[in-house]
Amino acid sequence: MPAKTYVQTTINGENVEFLCEPRQSLLECLRDVIGLTGSKEGCNDGNCGACTVMFDGRIVTSCLVLGVEAAGKEITTIEGIASGSDLHPIQQAFLEDAALQCGICTPGFIVATKALLDHNPNPSEYEIRFWLANNLCRCTGYDKIVRAVQHAAEKMQEARV
Amino acid sequence: MTTTKKHVPNMVLATKKYDVVGTRPVRPDGADKVTGRARYGADFQMAGLLHGKVLRSPHAHARIKSVDTTKAEAMAGVLAVVTNDDLPTDGKEADLRRNVLASDKALYKGHAVAAVAALSPHEAEEALSLINVDYEVLSPVLTVQEAMAENAAILHEDLRTEEGGVKGDKPTNIAEHFRHVLGDVEKGFDESDVVVEREYNTATVHQGYIEPQVASGLWNPDGRVHIWCSTQGAFTVREDVAKVLDISESLVKVTPMEIGGGFGGKIPSYIEPVCALLSKKSGRPVKIVMTRKEVFEATGPTPGSHVKIKVGADNEGNLKAAQAYLAYEAGGFKGSPVGAGSQCVFAAYAVPNQAIDGYDVVVNKPKTQAYRAPGATNAAFAMESVVSEIAQKLGIDPMDIRLKNSSKEGTRRADGPTFPRIGCEEVLRAMKDHPHYKSPLNGPNQGRGVSIGYWFNVGFKSACTISVNPDGTISLIEGSTDIGGSRASISMQAAEVLGIRAEDVRPTVADTDSVGYTDVTGGSRVTYATGWAAYLAADDVKKQMIQRAALIWGVEADSLEMVRGVTKSKTDNELKMTFKELAAELNETGGTIIGSGSLDTGGMGAGGGSFAGNIVDVEVDPETGKVKVLRFTVVQDAGKAIHPSYVEGQMQGGSVQGIGWALNEEYYMSDDGTMANSSLLDYRMPTSLDLPMIDTVIVEVPSPTHPYGVRGVGEANIVPPPAAVAHAIQSATGVWLNKLPMNPVAVTKAIWDQKK
Repeated sequence: MPAKTYVQTTINGENVEFLCEPRQSLLECLRDVIGLTGSKEGCNDGNCGACTVMFDGRIVTSCLVLGVEAAGKEITTIEGIASGSDLHPIQQAFLEDAALQCGICTPGFIVATKALLDHNPNPSEYEIRFWLANNLCRCTGYDKIVRAVQHAAEKMQEARV
Repeated sequence: MTTTKKHVPNMVLATKKYDVVGTRPVRPDGADKVTGRARYGADFQMAGLLHGKVLRSPHAHARIKSVDTTKAEAMAGVLAVVTNDDLPTDGKEADLRRNVLASDKALYKGHAVAAVAALSPHEAEEALSLINVDYEVLSPVLTVQEAMAENAAILHEDLRTEEGGVKGDKPTNIAEHFRHVLGDVEKGFDESDVVVEREYNTATVHQGYIEPQVASGLWNPDGRVHIWCSTQGAFTVREDVAKVLDISESLVKVTPMEIGGGFGGKIPSYIEPVCALLSKKSGRPVKIVMTRKEVFEATGPTPGSHVKIKVGADNEGNLKAAQAYLAYEAGGFKGSPVGAGSQCVFAAYAVPNQAIDGYDVVVNKPKTQAYRAPGATNAAFAMESVVSEIAQKLGIDPMDIRLKNSSKEGTRRADGPTFPRIGCEEVLRAMKDHPHYKSPLNGPNQGRGVSIGYWFNVGFKSACTISVNPDGTISLIEGSTDIGGSRASISMQAAEVLGIRAEDVRPTVADTDSVGYTDVTGGSRVTYATGWAAYLAADDVKKQMIQRAALIWGVEADSLEMVRGVTKSKTDNELKMTFKELAAELNETGGTIIGSGSLDTGGMGAGGGSFAGNIVDVEVDPETGKVKVLRFTVVQDAGKAIHPSYVEGQMQGGSVQGIGWALNEEYYMSDDGTMANSSLLDYRMPTSLDLPMIDTVIVEVPSPTHPYGVRGVGEANIVPPPAAVAHAIQSATGVWLNKLPMNPVAVTKAIWDQKK
């Protein structure tokens, strides 16, 4: 077994230290080393988006990032989206709009949506569909996901006013 | 790009008023699923857990002459290696066992040959490369046409064609041929003014759930086996594991984890018995997570098919005769859904003369599995295309020809059943009346198509128990893994009976030791059958609550009733207690109340099944052949929509899977039997950017059987899209496509061929 490397990073605002093999992906480290299993593995080659996390302010598929690359970075996972016991408006909108069926893609969609709305608070339907085209959902046909993102954007804008 | 369209009101023929049924509460498992806390199969952890990997055949068809695992067993970090030699040798369950671990032959590329358990998945993977398998490579057969040809390579030397219960006398790849007949089809064609006969081919496609198959297994020293997995049917896994390992079912306990999609593909067991075997050998729990490539190469898919349809009609558009030839891929082992296809192919039409021939054909692809209305989509693509073509030839509106010949209560199908009350006509009428159907198209190269599809739905067995909590809530235990919000739709039916809120039900999907036998989450049966079991359990609670109130008040139970949760005297207005008040008394007056319900809701055709129809507008790029879906409307009979949002969700999800099937999904096979596009990048299922909003109309023609009139809605919605899209492409380009997928290459070729 290859020697393990020490990694210090910030995940969901907290200092995290862990050991990993150089070949382990960030997704593997999050799930199997650190125990944050909210990020999901659907393909392990960057095509389904179920493992999407924020990585120094941009979204990445964590299966395509190595664990050692996390050193010194700021990472947000699905576990860091809600504030305490309050769901984020995006999470609330996904529930109210029935935007999930099996739910396996949902963590990736919510993290990607958070990044979208941080960057563009009032996206058009086309902009939502374009941004979320990195995330596959096989259950919903995307209709209710797009509507949930629209509703979340409205609510977040109202909250700002 | 598309714009968000206003929802058209649903067509509601179910007139009963309910408090909970028909509302849209937040699902009980929602918070866990939006925060990442829900525990799916791959999230299972246990002290000492080993990681398993499966060695798979690199050849689509090969004799396995020997398997040498010595080096892998000797590798540091490896704790167990298993092959088919570790399975019982009693000769039973041959196909099931040989699909789990191949014996003398590999029948598809990806067929499991051996498995390793090691300290990490990486070490297990390294160990696979140390296993030596000596293969004698054979030529593969990859389509039904190849497999049915004279001199085709034979997959199973002992396979004989079964025809009407009689077995043939020579080796073959045709496992079964059956025929359904109604009336006199030749006479019907003679009476027809127009006859259209066409031939179709559809590609093999995958269910495409986002969560790969995953299982963990522990073989305890006391002889008990515990499996934690992602499955559509915990009891089915229990049965499969017991059969493969030849142990008693009660020694196997299956805990279903949250499931990340299935669509039929997570009914069969692949790695569950292997985990158990590896655990027995290593003495440790073992987890196997499939890669996406393994999912494509070794699970699913649903069959490619070769279909011929001949339909005759008179000049007024009355269908006189219909004939079908359906040959479906079974994959490496017999058992394609061709039977289901034959039950659905003409289901939307009252045609007096019919003949249907079905062929179940083994080919060198993974054993095919259910995929949302399995078998029906292939058949409907062909039949619906022919019906639309006949309408064009006769100058009749495509909705009018369907309405004119629509199946209804009393219509007999060629495969035997006579329909009870169904909503075929109502769905067609809702389509014809829809503003989408009346709207103009907005430019050149655009076209509109319509289609209808049927799925018979299944009933089967479900069980449920309910206990009453002191705070007036109830705990509900059921056995249907929740694949799309069914905890909500089941809870709501119990809440309706007891007059409490949906939010006051705490549902749990339990393991096989904790709930009564429940069949798979499939066949559109969960809201129907498990909902019905919950209805019975709630009704049992209701009766016991009335008895308890009678005890408390010292009156006869007959003098009491429970109306919308309030238990009260029929004669004395003073005597009443809310559900919450009575619940608070239970522990002090004899203990809590537990109600149960268990029933068999029937087999295929439960509740009459469900019809779904589509109106679709497309734009075809005449140079590239790319088809863009501009507008899509799906109409479906839900009987009674318990939670309309999740009904719409089923309709939208099934529609989009149907669009993917229509336009680009396929197993792109190399000549040697390798799937050349076994990644999500290359398989290319629809993304959000490929689609418009999917408008829904729920039609409610209550099923005659279910207490709330439910019809399952999980499947019929995937049936019409390929034919509706083909019709729309034809209306845009003038060309009928007779092959799926209708990708840019196929569309361009069809346009060029037409110009020749």
